[in-house]
Amino acid sequence: MSTVLAPNPQADPMVPVLARITRRIEEVPDVVTFEMEAPDWNGFAPGQFNMLGVFGVGEIPISISGPASEPDRLVHTIRAVGPVSRALAGLAEGAALGLRGPFGNEWPVETARGRDVVVIAGGLGLAPVRPVLYHLLENRNDFNKVILLYGARRPEEMLFTGELSAWRARFDIEVAVTVDHAAIGWHGHVGVVTSLLRNVGFDPASTSAFVCGPEIMMRFAARALVDAGVAPGEIWMSMERNMHCAIGLCGHCQLGPVFICRDGPIFDWARLKPLMMQEEL
Amino acid sequence: MADAATPVVIEASALDQLISILKSKGFEVLGPVRRDGAIIHDHVESSADLPRGWVDAQSGGRYRLHQEGDAYFGYTVGPSSWKRLLHPPEQPLWRCGTRDGEIRIDAAPVDETRHALLGVRPCELAAIAMQDKVFLDGPYRDPHYAARREGLFIVAVNCSRSAETCFCTSMGTGPKARECYDITLTEFSDGRFLANAGSTEGTEILGALSGRPADAADVDAAEAATDAAARQITRRLETRGLPEILKTSPEHPRWDEVAARCLGCANCTMVCPTCFCTDVEEINDLASGDSARVQRWASCFTADFTYLHGGGAVRESSRSRYRQWMTHKLATWHDQFGTSGCVGCGRCITWCPVGIDITEEAAAIRGSTEGG
Ligand SMILES: Cc1cc2nc3c(=O)[nH]c(=O)nc-3n(C[C@H](O)[C@H](O)[C@H](O)COP(=O)(O)OP(=O)(O)OC[C@H]3O[C@@H](n4cnc5c(N)ncnc54)[C@H](O)[C@@H]3O)c2cc1C
Ligand code: SF4
Ligand code: FES
Repeated sequence: MSTVLAPNPQADPMVPVLARITRRIEEVPDVVTFEMEAPDWNGFAPGQFNMLGVFGVGEIPISISGPASEPDRLVHTIRAVGPVSRALAGLAEGAALGLRGPFGNEWPVETARGRDVVVIAGGLGLAPVRPVLYHLLENRNDFNKVILLYGARRPEEMLFTGELSAWRARFDIEVAVTVDHAAIGWHGHVGVVTSLLRNVGFDPASTSAFVCGPEIMMRFAARALVDAGVAPGEIWMSMERNMHCAIGLCGHCQLGPVFICRDGPIFDWARLKPLMMQEEL
Repeated sequence: MADAATPVVIEASALDQLISILKSKGFEVLGPVRRDGAIIHDHVESSADLPRGWVDAQSGGRYRLHQEGDAYFGYTVGPSSWKRLLHPPEQPLWRCGTRDGEIRIDAAPVDETRHALLGVRPCELAAIAMQDKVFLDGPYRDPHYAARREGLFIVAVNCSRSAETCFCTSMGTGPKARECYDITLTEFSDGRFLANAGSTEGTEILGALSGRPADAADVDAAEAATDAAARQITRRLETRGLPEILKTSPEHPRWDEVAARCLGCANCTMVCPTCFCTDVEEINDLASGDSARVQRWASCFTADFTYLHGGGAVRESSRSRYRQWMTHKLATWHDQFGTSGCVGCGRCITWCPVGIDITEEAAAIRGSTEGG
């Protein structure tokens, strides 16, 4: 059973440690994966994130995308979208960066034991749920059906394609992918990721769903899952908000009564729905 | 000398005794001073620095000082709260640079100065207790706040007068101090004070002041003084059921109405003694090549506050920002910290350039919700 690991609360939680990039992998344009080493890194639970900082630029929350079963390995996948993420993604092997974490709660994989598991990811959202997929496959007998539905905007933006095809070749996980906009040479499914739900079979009364992607996609996925008969309390999603501290003190990540950084980032749809359906909360 | 637990009556001259005892014990004494037309908090050397005879007149969007009587503590609350000291507008977090070829990150040292606060109002004690919950009682503590807070010595002053903007009686925080102080003073109209100790250190210091044990009449007189202040209060915020009402009224038309008046200037969040939000910013020292991170006060009234790449601000409209501010203060604060986030000091009313009044806005939403 994985436990949520918190940084030493005695030390100053706003002061980072000095981490280093040991390997840099270009995934697709604007997306890189780093293997990193950090002093006293003790592992994490699937779903947790770190605050990664580029000296002189800034600091942002980034989920841990590697396997939780290998506590020595620290893996992050970053998409360059703005000043800090662009500077981060531009760092070379050997570069130093600031790290605080791990923060946040975990995907409740233990509650999915013996059940069907549907993982729905959109775009970069595959990175934060990848630790869940590793966990499900490493402990495959603990779960009933395992299904991954993944959607990207375009074929060339699809992440982790090597792993996706390896998983597709397995008989113990069903993988379906789709793109919003096809390109020449794409023979796969075209359409939003929720449209894939129609093509896969699972027992909604005994299904846990883990959803990660853009907020609008998560909303549609939750609705589609509920329509299919999955209980709102069994649909889990990871929320994104502006974060400056990750420890519940800066106030930026509030969504009504919750601090996304401290109470989340993972919540079930029963709890989130009233908060997410309210515009500009 | 009075026995430890009994209140003591002291003369105004004992204020200087008190200040010098605190200084001799190593405290940096901070108290009310008149500056730029307002009462703010700063270093006080002696009772001569106190704003004796100055009284404020406050109303929505208006604050003026005038001379009236000769009380030391005749004023109520000004624009600065003790948040400025305990959770300052700018707090360095760390600095990073290359030393002898190695990158080093050095945490900013905590401030170990022991501060003695003179003239803390009951609503301000409540605000400190609320910020304690935020910065000390959660899963993570703010070490800078903790260091300043731990060394604090608090001399509270009960209110014998209230301002038109005060509504501490609605929030249960004043005008008489109940918690979180080392000494409380109640000023009598004849210039003497009733002094009470609230801690061992307070008892010890009080014992060293020249005074006499209070009798029942003194205690009654002090009670009458705070009762008079309470009776002066006309503003009211009905808190019963308010969290539920606010949380279930996000689409109330009143939010549009108040948004049309709100300038989004963030003054209310800056003067609020409990608002705790901050930005973390990176700064570069071009001379040394070092980079450093500082924490600065932030406000939920700005667009940056909820900015997300791709989508822009989550709270785009001023309606949603005012709603966040008021709902956080009066409703979701209860979910997060088990109390209201409002102490009823009225600063947000006084310092709002257009005089938006939280009590009036809450009543408007309650009124039509309950009515309909
Ligand atoms: C829990 C969580 C997990 C996430 N996981 C991932 C992940 O695994 N991979 C991934 O790619 N993304 C992830 N994200 C999203 C990622 O955090 C954002 O893409 C990132 O914050 C964008 O920051 P930016 O500066 O690049 O762009 P912007 O969106 O332009 O900036 C975002 C914010 O960063 C701050 N900021 C910007 N510049 C500075 C500066 N110079 N100094 C200080 N602060 C500044 C500001 O608050 C600004 O509003 C995650 C987000 C959350 C909340
Ligand atoms: S009202 Fe706004 S600025 Fe004040 S604590 Fe709440 S979110 Fe922060
Ligand atoms: S990120 Fe600062 S409170 Fe959540």
